[in-house]
Amino acid sequence: MAMIDISVKILRYQPGKDEKPHWQVFNIAVEDESTILDVLNEIHWQHDGTLAYRRSCRSSICGSCAMKVNGRNVLACETPIHRFGRKLKIEPLSGFDIIKDLVVDLDPFFAKLKRIRPYLILDKPAPDKEFVQSPEQLEQIGESTLCILCAACSAACPSSWPNSEYLGPAALLKAYRFIFDSRDDGADQRIEIVNDKNGVWRCHTIFNCVEACPKKIKITEYLSRLKVKVVENSL
Amino acid sequence: MKIDEARNYHKIDAVIVGAGLAGLRAALEVAKSGLAAAVISKVYPTRSHSGGAQGGIAAALANVSEDSLESHMFDTIKGSDYLADQDIIERFVNEALKTVYEFEHMGVPFSRTADGRINQRPFGGHSSPRACFAQDVTGHVLLHTLYEQCLQHNVLFFNEFQVLSLLVSDDVSRGLVAWDIRNGGLHIFHARAVLLATGGYGRAWKVTSNAHANTGDGVALVLEAGLPLEDMEFVQFHPTGLYKHGILLSEAARGEGAYILNDKGERFMKTYAAAKMELAPRDVVSRAEQTEINEGRGIGGKDYVYLDLRHLGRQKILERLPQIYDLALNYLKVDGIKEAIPIQPTAHYSMGGIPANVRTEVIKDAAGTVVKGLYTAGEASCLSLHGANRLGTNSLQDAATFGRIAGIHMSEFCRENNFSGLPAQPLEIAQGKIDRLWNGQGKERHAPIREKLQENMTKYLGVFRNQDDMLKMLVMIKELQERYRQVTVDDHGDVFNLDLIEALELENLLSFSEVIVEGALARQESRGAHFRNDFPKRNDGEWLKHTLAWRRDGKIVLDFSKGVVIYPQYQPQERKY
Repeated sequence: MAMIDISVKILRYQPGKDEKPHWQVFNIAVEDESTILDVLNEIHWQHDGTLAYRRSCRSSICGSCAMKVNGRNVLACETPIHRFGRKLKIEPLSGFDIIKDLVVDLDPFFAKLKRIRPYLILDKPAPDKEFVQSPEQLEQIGESTLCILCAACSAACPSSWPNSEYLGPAALLKAYRFIFDSRDDGADQRIEIVNDKNGVWRCHTIFNCVEACPKKIKITEYLSRLKVKVVENSL
Repeated sequence: MKIDEARNYHKIDAVIVGAGLAGLRAALEVAKSGLAAAVISKVYPTRSHSGGAQGGIAAALANVSEDSLESHMFDTIKGSDYLADQDIIERFVNEALKTVYEFEHMGVPFSRTADGRINQRPFGGHSSPRACFAQDVTGHVLLHTLYEQCLQHNVLFFNEFQVLSLLVSDDVSRGLVAWDIRNGGLHIFHARAVLLATGGYGRAWKVTSNAHANTGDGVALVLEAGLPLEDMEFVQFHPTGLYKHGILLSEAARGEGAYILNDKGERFMKTYAAAKMELAPRDVVSRAEQTEINEGRGIGGKDYVYLDLRHLGRQKILERLPQIYDLALNYLKVDGIKEAIPIQPTAHYSMGGIPANVRTEVIKDAAGTVVKGLYTAGEASCLSLHGANRLGTNSLQDAATFGRIAGIHMSEFCRENNFSGLPAQPLEIAQGKIDRLWNGQGKERHAPIREKLQENMTKYLGVFRNQDDMLKMLVMIKELQERYRQVTVDDHGDVFNLDLIEALELENLLSFSEVIVEGALARQESRGAHFRNDFPKRNDGEWLKHTLAWRRDGKIVLDFSKGVVIYPQYQPQERKY
């Protein structure tokens, strides 16, 4: 472990003070094993208390700290600075309104989640114990349940940027997760919602979401399966 | 600042502080009963630290081998080093199966046995494979599922709000005051019933598995409101914190068969817990690790040992423990399939907290006098279910089960009781906290004070404790509290003022840390996670009792008259594993 000098360029925006976002450079010394979050903490705690960003778990599970570093969407907490060298450029996720500095408005993102009815819908009474679900049936949805709703996928999606009505990869992945859950009876309702020009058909299989996903979820593949399901359902 | 009554005053039946498993489960119960439930959380609900729990949720389903409620009960009692209240444990194990089946019916993607039932794995201190799990992301899937259920049932969410004061007077809860982090401004929440589900207080330590958010805010607010805290000296150190980072590597690794090794490559647990080995309870394993490190058998003589997964094989590691594998790889560049992973004990779980009865009603004294309309559940609470040491996977079960129980009793209470009147100046305390940080003349900053607190809590209030160290810590906390009075913040903006929030959280850390140290100093014995080198034995004659602590006239006052509920068939015995 050694201290190194780094240059950190951060897109700043303080509402009520700044007319528009602008870059600010911090030249600081940090440990070479630091993460992006360590760097932000160092700046916030030691240099400029006004810097704002979201963070909580530090262990890549809460999804708070997705942001853009040197052009790539990452979780700040799990990303070591050595991946980028000594010059860092940190900005908020694209496609969302900036509230302040690196903090963006995620309310529209969560509202889209609600639109696809993200809960098990049952036509049958639940059993006394658990539903039987085979490991193979679980495998269908297993990876999709790892989504932490960090919004890195939506922020990387060119189909999402110009169209705020598009459900986006995270909500569609959630639709997949329930439609393909062997216990669920709500597929028809959800297929009606995603079978729309702002639903699954707005996905143009660009794969940016897959590259951006910190959980390495093959989102585009699941959305393709969802498209097939929608087509099958209408036949 | 004026109160904009139309925008900043909310009158809601049940107000729940905290959006982790306990808070969301309670909110769901209240909302399903047809009442208005609001959840106030300093983070978006899915960011809550329940999502950090990895290994499983305990319930004696007996899906993979024989098990019983009695066995779960006894294991929990023994794990607690006999400090837990056995009536609470009885209720807990009786409700645990229902809680898990409910979760499954909500859609939780539990890992499955070959015949399609919920799979279960072994965990420390449990005598059967009792941990129902979803890979090693159990807390994550439970949290997200509950959040989605709350969306379905129209729970109101106030995301990114920081609670600054409880409106409690004459033993009646009336509501609370919170700061809107996103927009700025104080809000009054006028409620029939309030639940404090604010989580643990592990952020008082430097090496910790806890999230930035886990600053024990609810615990500190209760103390500020003139109410007691219980058993605060009992803090669990998890044996498998990722070296230097402190973040959690689940006990599920050992449940699946991982070893812990010292510098000589020995499975040293054979010296400390020959029968249970790595699956002894966490207090036992953490002490063993710290002993190895202190006696020079850490790796290369340093302050860590190894968690070794290699013999489990690639397939099992990636199928059952993918998160653990990724964490070691991302944070330490260690490939767990090929290399052993450096670990150290890390501050993890708060057994102490806000005292409450089996109905989750907050109590204000050893006699159990209830504060009307105030409830607590989850890690913020001390019922006491976990006593001096919690067993792994009992926490998710605790949060969910007592969250549901809280929701049931809050709903009843809301139907039977009207809103109680607010005090004449409800904003006074909250406004005072903000004014001091914005308009004070002092030059201190919050970060160095917090850093000093955390570093020294890790140094002096760790796995092993003694009087001299703790006295040093007490003096230091007093000094830091004094310095805190001179803290001002750089950021004077209303919108997303992280500087302000962190300064407010620091006040909470400094407040309850004093209680932890005072309780630990007074308790001259070793029990569960509280181990004193100067009093290395458990002393049931003098100390089989709970600690209650108040802040009165600026001083911590302790009371040991609250006894432990013990059933005749579960009398204290020597605790061996």
